[in-house]
Amino acid sequence: MTVAAAFFYLFSCVCVASAFMVIASRNPVHSVLFLILAFVNAAGLFILMGAEFLAMILVVVYVGAVAVLFLFVVMMLDVDFAELRQGFLQYLPVGALIGVIFLIELVLVVGSMAIDPELVKTPVAAIPPVSEMTNTAALGQVLYTRYLYFFQASGLVLLVAMIGAIVLTLRHKPGVKRQDVAQQVARTRDTAIEVRKVPFREGV
Amino acid sequence: MAAVPMFALAPALPEIVLAAAALLLVLIGALRGERAAGLIEALTLVAILAAGFFVVTQGGERVETFGGSFVVDGFARFAKVLTLVGSAAALLMSGDYLRRAGINRFEYPILILLATTGMMMMISANDLIALYLGLELQSLSLYVVAAIDRDNARSSEAGLKYFVLGALSSGMLLYGASLIYGFTGTVSFTGIAQALQGEGHTGAIFGLVFIAAGLAFKISAVPFHMWTPDVYEGAPTPVAAFFAAAPKMAAMALLVRVFITAFPGIVDQWRQIIVFVAIASMALGAFAAIGQRNIKRLMAYSSIGHMGYALVGLAAGTAEGVQSVLVYMAIYLVMTLGTFAFILSMRREEGPVEGIYDLAGLARTQPYAAYGLTILFFSLAGIPPLAGFLAKWYVFAAAVEAQLYSLAVIGVLASVVGAYYYIRIVKIMHFDEPAGAAFTPMAAGQKVIFALASIIIVVLMLPGAPGPLNSAALAAARSLF
Repeated sequence: MTVAAAFFYLFSCVCVASAFMVIASRNPVHSVLFLILAFVNAAGLFILMGAEFLAMILVVVYVGAVAVLFLFVVMMLDVDFAELRQGFLQYLPVGALIGVIFLIELVLVVGSMAIDPELVKTPVAAIPPVSEMTNTAALGQVLYTRYLYFFQASGLVLLVAMIGAIVLTLRHKPGVKRQDVAQQVARTRDTAIEVRKVPFREGV
Repeated sequence: MAAVPMFALAPALPEIVLAAAALLLVLIGALRGERAAGLIEALTLVAILAAGFFVVTQGGERVETFGGSFVVDGFARFAKVLTLVGSAAALLMSGDYLRRAGINRFEYPILILLATTGMMMMISANDLIALYLGLELQSLSLYVVAAIDRDNARSSEAGLKYFVLGALSSGMLLYGASLIYGFTGTVSFTGIAQALQGEGHTGAIFGLVFIAAGLAFKISAVPFHMWTPDVYEGAPTPVAAFFAAAPKMAAMALLVRVFITAFPGIVDQWRQIIVFVAIASMALGAFAAIGQRNIKRLMAYSSIGHMGYALVGLAAGTAEGVQSVLVYMAIYLVMTLGTFAFILSMRREEGPVEGIYDLAGLARTQPYAAYGLTILFFSLAGIPPLAGFLAKWYVFAAAVEAQLYSLAVIGVLASVVGAYYYIRIVKIMHFDEPAGAAFTPMAAGQKVIFALASIIIVVLMLPGAPGPLNSAALAAARSLF
């Protein structure tokens, strides 16, 4: 248990610190790198809780795709972040005040909240304990059977997203040289090289 | 846990046909490029017709599949037929306009097809996850088609505006769904109905309010209507015609199914919401349309008002109320498709026109079109012998039977105010001097839809003609109770 507790504190401290550095660092590229560090540590926390599937998804989707995309955007866009940051600190007291008020409200709400046990019904399918079945196996058991319809419907939604992105952004510019494999394969000796008779001592 | 056997897929056959057709058409489009636009449009219509055939031939009894998250009953079949009619008609009359505007891309019919698939899934949704997925499939496709004229700043603005507000409403809907799941322990509509028997369900009512807000956005009911006029005006006219018909039908059917089957135990709570939304929509639809000069904006406010009238039937909360909603939506669909078929054909040599005063003197330049349009506008206004009046009569009768007298009275008053702007257009067409050259001739698809809509509205005036529609709607409404 102590090892787990040590790792918990390690992951959470690094996670909070890197989350702070995301907004505090001067260089936007560093911000994104700190964001990735925060994601990885959050994934570590998930593993400690036995939610290995969520952890892997976090790394694969957020670190692998979203954060890398951010990194590209930040590096490609010519935005003067130093200028955007002007006056950032002068709003800090107001922001901190609002944050503290929210915190107090949350503590009051969560502290005094009690859900009527009659109101909360037990879920239809109980989650099996981790010792019996891993998350991934449990998800795999229902994803393609009980939730087949939702799985397929999500696929269609993603297809629409893909079609939409292409419809709204893809432009065929005239005059751009593209690779045409058929044309490349169809090249013969005749079309590729030209044999010239060069007269002796006269150059081309 | 057994795999899903083949026969369990049978109730979802129309949706499977639509989805498979969409995948196939994407492939054809990707291989053949823009040359395939005409072919894909035709094949999309074939797919919608095939889905319609399968919907009609399905048995009348209630069938659930996919573990109870997908349900087919009389209500679903009625609403699906109307939705498919709306999609097919919108597609049929838009081809000519899109070709002239240079935006007849092959993705357009495919996105309409995918949106239609989403609508069918919404109508058949029997739990909160299916509801959300169907709604998102429909909405995402609609966001894209709203911006399909991407080189036009107004079309892009319409798409972006619709997307941002739509995403917000989806967020509210999800929040409500998670509250309801938290307080009832189930996502299935029947399970929620069981859990909400008896007294005191404050948490679930919170969730209900958020779900109502999310769905009210999709049918553009006040106070979630802000996007409608801008999107109708900015999006290409065929897209506005599509938005006004099929998605409204599907979202209304979904709203009815959620409230009637999942929350029958807290009818008094949701009735307050529906009554407020209905009154606000009817009033705004009546007053805000008066000042409009653009016919697409006018139709947007008109559709807001009509959604209000349809909700009056839902507020009754009875089988007769649901019947009146279905009849109202069927007649609304016919009227709005016919009107938009004409709006799509409003084009002079120099390009399409959208102003109300461009219609001036239409009775002299194009008498047949003017008479057809007169019938449609009188019907939209609810002038007595026409179908629009019948539709309003049924919803108000249902409200009176449920003892919602003040709601019915406010509805009648709002429809009197609304009649002003419909009849003003009739006056402009018949009594004003022609403003310019005659419109160019209508394309075949527009002509067919326009003529059919006018004829249906006239035929419904005959004694005994609304009978089959009423009995079909009643049978459909009974299947929910």
